[in-house]
Amino acid sequence: MPTLSILLVVSAALFCIGLLAALSRRHAIFILIGIEMMLAAANLNFIAFWRFAPQPAQPTGVMVAIFAIAIAAAEAAVGLAMVIAVYRHFRTTNVDQLDQLKG
Amino acid sequence: MLNGRAPDWLIQIASSLINIAALLGVFLTLFALISVLERKILGRMQNRYGPNRVGPFGLFQPVADGIKMLIKEDIVPARADKIVHFLAPVLIAAAAILTLGVIPYGRNMTPFTIDGGILFFFAVGSATELMVFMAGWGSNNKYSMLGAMRAIAQMISYELPLIITVLPVVMIVGSLNPDKIVDVQGNYSLGFVPHWFVFTPWGATAFILFFVSGLVESNRTPFDVPEGESEIVAGHMTEYSGFKYATFFMAEYIGMFAISGLGLTLFLGGWHAPVHFLEFIPSYVWFFVKLSILLFVYIWLRGTLPRTRIDQILNFAWKFMLPMAFTCVIAAAVWHYTGRGLRGWLWSLAVIAIVYVTLSTLLDTRRKFAPRTYRFAE
Amino acid sequence: MSSVAFVIIAVLTLSAALAAATLQKLMHAALSFAVMFVGISAFFFLFGAEFVGLVQIFVYIGAVAVLIVFTILLTRYDVGKVRGFSWGGVVVAIAVFGGLVWAISKTKLVSVAPSQVEPLTVQRIGELLMTNYVWPLQCVGVLLTAALIGALILVMEEKS
Repeated sequence: MPTLSILLVVSAALFCIGLLAALSRRHAIFILIGIEMMLAAANLNFIAFWRFAPQPAQPTGVMVAIFAIAIAAAEAAVGLAMVIAVYRHFRTTNVDQLDQLKG
Repeated sequence: MLNGRAPDWLIQIASSLINIAALLGVFLTLFALISVLERKILGRMQNRYGPNRVGPFGLFQPVADGIKMLIKEDIVPARADKIVHFLAPVLIAAAAILTLGVIPYGRNMTPFTIDGGILFFFAVGSATELMVFMAGWGSNNKYSMLGAMRAIAQMISYELPLIITVLPVVMIVGSLNPDKIVDVQGNYSLGFVPHWFVFTPWGATAFILFFVSGLVESNRTPFDVPEGESEIVAGHMTEYSGFKYATFFMAEYIGMFAISGLGLTLFLGGWHAPVHFLEFIPSYVWFFVKLSILLFVYIWLRGTLPRTRIDQILNFAWKFMLPMAFTCVIAAAVWHYTGRGLRGWLWSLAVIAIVYVTLSTLLDTRRKFAPRTYRFAE
Repeated sequence: MSSVAFVIIAVLTLSAALAAATLQKLMHAALSFAVMFVGISAFFFLFGAEFVGLVQIFVYIGAVAVLIVFTILLTRYDVGKVRGFSWGGVVVAIAVFGGLVWAISKTKLVSVAPSQVEPLTVQRIGELLMTNYVWPLQCVGVLLTAALIGALILVMEEKS
């Protein structure tokens, strides 16, 4: 079992890859994928800290991770519904072309 | 080697491998046997012999089928996505076989004991949907895509009743561990009535709902719209030939075994004998006897019922099965809190009966009877 | 032994994440996104939080990944034209990674894991959800219902 620092670096790397996907892709669904990756990296952090806590550990890390998974799923559902609704209206998913408030 | 014993990790790996080999051996043989027995039983129901040329009573037919599948040419469509097209049957079969690992087949005979065993079963089962989608999309064929989407719509809709009907059992037992669930059903009252959950009103209803949802999840008739031959060729499996098609076939049957095995564990008492004095017969024999009865009912339903339409299937799931599944949860709680004896039985039966009658009245879509009118061509 | 497992799972997860972030074909990216979640779930199993790992497979691969591939299918009109990739995002991501690694290296952290973790059984999680965490549970229930209704309303076709 490696040290906590290495675990945190791995989850930081995952977070930054998610940030990369969210910032540099132009398709709306890729941006959502990036956001989900960032949430997953945060979950990993919570569980890593729970594992390394002095025993007997509080179960707070695990509980927060469970709630975070539920919330991330709800947010993904609503985000994807928005992508579909926007596509129906503008016929494009390229976020560079969605730059006007006028519908 | 320390003190003549192998190191710990080697023991673990070796025991896991023996588990896996035994599991694969038993279930692949069962798959071969059931594939020929199904055709023979269906044939008898349709007043004809099934396959009876190869071997005694046609029981070596799977060998002939296997040889045929292996020597068929493997055709991959030119514009299909090669990696996705190849991986889909592999992953579906992997998911199906993975779910077999948490079912208790006998006393102390669970291959892998996980604390959240039931959750593991459903998690891996729900990953199957993504693989079905990969199969449909990887073929680059509109009919495959449509078939895959219908299959996924059906599987997602019936996942909810499947899981919610398991909820009363987990609630009453208090654990997600299949071993513990089987243990709780081990007592006999009055010496000969076993404490299986199927003998309680909520258990019987939940078992019927679980069974029907299992039928849908494994895409069996009467719910085999995704693979109906007269409608959509073979749905998401259209562009697969030879051994890959056999892999899909195997994955479907092993899914059937796994769902039947889980239904046995949860409702029918697992590997316990029905009456106390028959307990000298080994536990795995009882498991396979019950499994064979459930598989016979699957085959029987296939031979009897016609195929339902996709919108009828989805309506049934959301409007009838989901409310009934929730009622089972409530009925189980009522059973527990009014004492588990005769009073609890009658109260929970009353709850289920009231909801059933209400739902049937509200969802009645039959036309009213009227004198028949004829229209002739002029 | 668990260090070997950790390295393998870390390599799998990070490479799947990189593939999901940079592949051009949308479908392949979505499928490697699913593989990444298998990797993260394997991490959770390695740390001893099995329930969270199973819930992760169930929710993310069984539901979110299927949603994403369905959305990709339903918004397919200009799939050949969306090929944008802006390099400014790469610079920002690398800068953020550098900042985070610097911050991690500067803090004093526990370096050895306690070897005896009392496993958090599903029964204990259930008890906690019903006693200490009952208000968050109800709030998450309301939030999921609101998200369900909201998503349905967003996608319903207007009767015009």
